[in-house]
Amino acid sequence: MSSFLVIFVILVYLAVIFYVAYWAEKNSKSRWVNNPYVYTLSLAVYCTAWTYYGSVGLAATSGLKFLTIYLGPIIIIPTWVILMRKIIRISKGNKISTLADFISLRYGNDRFLGALVTFVCVIAIVPYISLQLKAISETFNVITNHKISPISILDDTTFYIAILLATFAAFFGTQHTDASERHKGIITAIALESVIKLVFFLVIGFYVTFYLFNGPGDIYNKASVLPNFETQQTIDGLNGGFNWFLLSLLSMIAIVLLPRQFQVTVIENEREKYLKKVIWLFPLYLLLFNVFVIFIAWGGNIIFQNQQVDADLFTLLLPLSNNNEFLALLVFLGGFSAAISMVVISSLALATMLSNNLIIPYGFLRRFSEAESDENTESIKNIRRIAIFSLIIIAYFFYKGFTLDRSLVSIGLISFVLIAQLAPAFFGGLFWRRGSSKGAKYGIIAGFLITVYTLLIPLTFESQSIASSFVDEGLFGVNIFKPYELFGLQIFEPVTHAFFWSLFFNAIIYSFVSVNKLGSYRERNFAEMFVDSTKYAALQEGAYVWKGEAYVRDIRKVLTRFLGEGRTERALNLFFMKYDIDKKTQFADARLVNFSEKLLTGSIGSASARILIASVVKEEEISLTEVLNILDETQKAKESNKELKERDKQKDEFLDTVAHELKTPITSIRALSEILLADDEIDNPTKKKFLSSIVSESERVSRLINNILDLEKLATGKEKFNLNPNSIRNTILKSINPFRQLAVNKGIKISLEEINDVEIVYDEDRIQQVIVNLLSNAFKFSNEENGEVKISTYVNQNKVEIAVEDNGKGIEKDELFSIFNKFYQSKNQTLLKPIGSGLGLAISKQIIESHNGKIWAENINPQGARLTFTLPLNTKYDEKDINS
Amino acid sequence: MKKILIVDDEPNIVMSLEYIFKKEDFEVFIARDGAEAIEIVENTIPDIILLDIMMPNVDGYQVLNYLKDSESLRKIKVIFLSAKNKASDIELGLQLGADKYISKPFAIKNLVKEVKELLNKK
Repeated sequence: MSSFLVIFVILVYLAVIFYVAYWAEKNSKSRWVNNPYVYTLSLAVYCTAWTYYGSVGLAATSGLKFLTIYLGPIIIIPTWVILMRKIIRISKGNKISTLADFISLRYGNDRFLGALVTFVCVIAIVPYISLQLKAISETFNVITNHKISPISILDDTTFYIAILLATFAAFFGTQHTDASERHKGIITAIALESVIKLVFFLVIGFYVTFYLFNGPGDIYNKASVLPNFETQQTIDGLNGGFNWFLLSLLSMIAIVLLPRQFQVTVIENEREKYLKKVIWLFPLYLLLFNVFVIFIAWGGNIIFQNQQVDADLFTLLLPLSNNNEFLALLVFLGGFSAAISMVVISSLALATMLSNNLIIPYGFLRRFSEAESDENTESIKNIRRIAIFSLIIIAYFFYKGFTLDRSLVSIGLISFVLIAQLAPAFFGGLFWRRGSSKGAKYGIIAGFLITVYTLLIPLTFESQSIASSFVDEGLFGVNIFKPYELFGLQIFEPVTHAFFWSLFFNAIIYSFVSVNKLGSYRERNFAEMFVDSTKYAALQEGAYVWKGEAYVRDIRKVLTRFLGEGRTERALNLFFMKYDIDKKTQFADARLVNFSEKLLTGSIGSASARILIASVVKEEEISLTEVLNILDETQKAKESNKELKERDKQKDEFLDTVAHELKTPITSIRALSEILLADDEIDNPTKKKFLSSIVSESERVSRLINNILDLEKLATGKEKFNLNPNSIRNTILKSINPFRQLAVNKGIKISLEEINDVEIVYDEDRIQQVIVNLLSNAFKFSNEENGEVKISTYVNQNKVEIAVEDNGKGIEKDELFSIFNKFYQSKNQTLLKPIGSGLGLAISKQIIESHNGKIWAENINPQGARLTFTLPLNTKYDEKDINS
Repeated sequence: MKKILIVDDEPNIVMSLEYIFKKEDFEVFIARDGAEAIEIVENTIPDIILLDIMMPNVDGYQVLNYLKDSESLRKIKVIFLSAKNKASDIELGLQLGADKYISKPFAIKNLVKEVKELLNKK
């Protein structure tokens, strides 16, 4: 294919991507930009050119091992979602913009730690970016049929592509000074690219499997007769199993800690609930991507048998060897899009890290604290732009200068191992309060050095004779120092071996130093906030403990230098409003100090923010116990506040119900009166019926009001009981009397079981009210034919039980408790609406409980309900309760 | 003669509505809860329903949902009559597809007027 055509296609493709990013940035509120699908697809930046070409290469040469890189993330996704929720909450709450910022903040805004993390990330990722550029360049040469790469940079298409990508990342990546803001343009473009690379890969997969061959079975049959087939497709015993396990673990760490993954998952997350979509969609994406890998690899092995062909290029060579240039172009574009997504996001994430965690905190703080806000925001943006360009250009020269003859996969894995060095500090910091910054630093440095010794040095000098003696005999010829078999450990391959030892020492040193050296109070404060993030998230600025002297005026000055006058005023006003502080306050408190640090963090990183704010405040040392005490108190204050709110809510609900219950009779009264008023022709019986209804509805209103007042008095304890010794037998008989006529009318039999009379102290009117309530309830629910209401008493050592039974339908099981709630209407209630107020049982419960008794409901055999209450025999009331 | 179905568990409200709509020459049907309402609707398709919301067992929302789910019942006019009169309650009622939402206590003349207007509207 002609170079011009390919370059033309590339330019058109890039123009589309630029346009999409531009459109998304302009329409940043659109549904097309803000949805869980765009979010999930942007996570697929995990699949780089490595996936496109390298996986196939690995599958062709070493069989199923390629799967580990994708199995890890798939297995860990459910845990990942829980973990990410925590990380996202912490990051949003503290305006964190990079992985380095996250770690540095956790360990007390540690400047050196932030810089160290940045350094490790740059060393790990830059070669990886080079590799993507190499992939672009090599595939470009294959598809345009160039045999050798151009010598001069100016003739090299890849160079121009690199420049274009840097421009893209620099333009869309620095729209805001605050790097913790979302980059919607870039993310939307990346999501689109994720679709493109997957679709094109599936197309080539189908093509190879079903066009070049007759389906998976056919490929398998042909591939299985090739030499080495058996050994490739197995895990290779226990050693192989260990390697598999460690590689999967490595990729689990990578999916969380790779700077580009942290960028897309944490920084670019718009809403937490998007994570729910990721839980199935992302594994599905990875599975789809891997379905055809093995078939393309086998297909390549069969077709290019006995030819010297780079297996990494099978994906591209298969259509080319069949003269299907169009398909080859699609594959090239797919790989191209995979590569540039990675380059753009990685360079953006690294550049933010470089500027916020290395360049600004070490080089620009003094200058910033003297300049004006416009200059400062411009300088910050420029630092990031220059960083993006430098990273990509350095990566380009790295690829040009070093013969990167390692396969795509192995360089990718080296970068995974380097990134994994951040794991102990990161995960330890999230779950272990004692993890300290010293431990984190020593651990990372040790792990890094071991990786250099066991992996980077031997690989870099692989082809030179000096290295072979180093590898074969160990440093100074000492056997246990062999870089690939450190301390005689022989079961691992180089990558897993380096991963094992580096992480082993890293974690040991981290824990050992952390246990033996206490962190500063500041570290412990952030440790509490990170580890117990759910507990303290609600406290926001209040979760930060600080003591000292600071003036609002000074802090305002610092903020203005970075945010400008307008934004600073707005932010401070909001702050004062939120905490109800007088705007003219002179002294700043801990919350303002923390709030201001956060405001600056997004722009210049947490360490610099801390240094700048610290420069205008006078901080006092506080002890660790003090930090913990204050945190505890703030937490408690917050909780009691929550209880108050809950009580308020219950009160509101009660008032709502009362209003509803009052409106109902008033509705009837109003409607009936209006008719009576307007209608002169109404006949006498109807008139009478209407008027009597009005009377009974009016009674209902007053009964309701009385009951509500009653209940209120009882519930608040304002009611004074008239406590005297009374005969329970007399009280029961008095209560039954008013029901005798009703019983005759309705044909209900009242049976009074033998009453054991006892004399106890209670308020007779109130207890009578309870019995009447229970009786009217029983009358309401007793069987319509042969209705029977039974009253019984039972006396034992310390209490008397009074029970009222009916022979109705009984009470639904789930209602046995709720019938004592205010305004509860039973499901089985027959229509006697105007009679009850819905408060009778609630009031009865209050009365009985005030008498230190109990009341409950149960169903009885064969049918009916029994409501029972108890009164204690030896009641001891407080003096004040007895009305003398 | 237009058919009206009154659904309410308050006998006195039902009594007043029954009287007034009979006088206005409606054929009046009465249901004392949601389940009864659905039974009547299935047998006699009324032109309009006055529907209370808070009723035991099947409530007014459920009745309305039942109507809106059925091809043949969807077009019946529905007026919610409820003591729930918060803005959010009214919005919810209308969103569910009621034609009108009238809060209790209501002026009976006004109710009659609304019913007639709704029936004349096509």
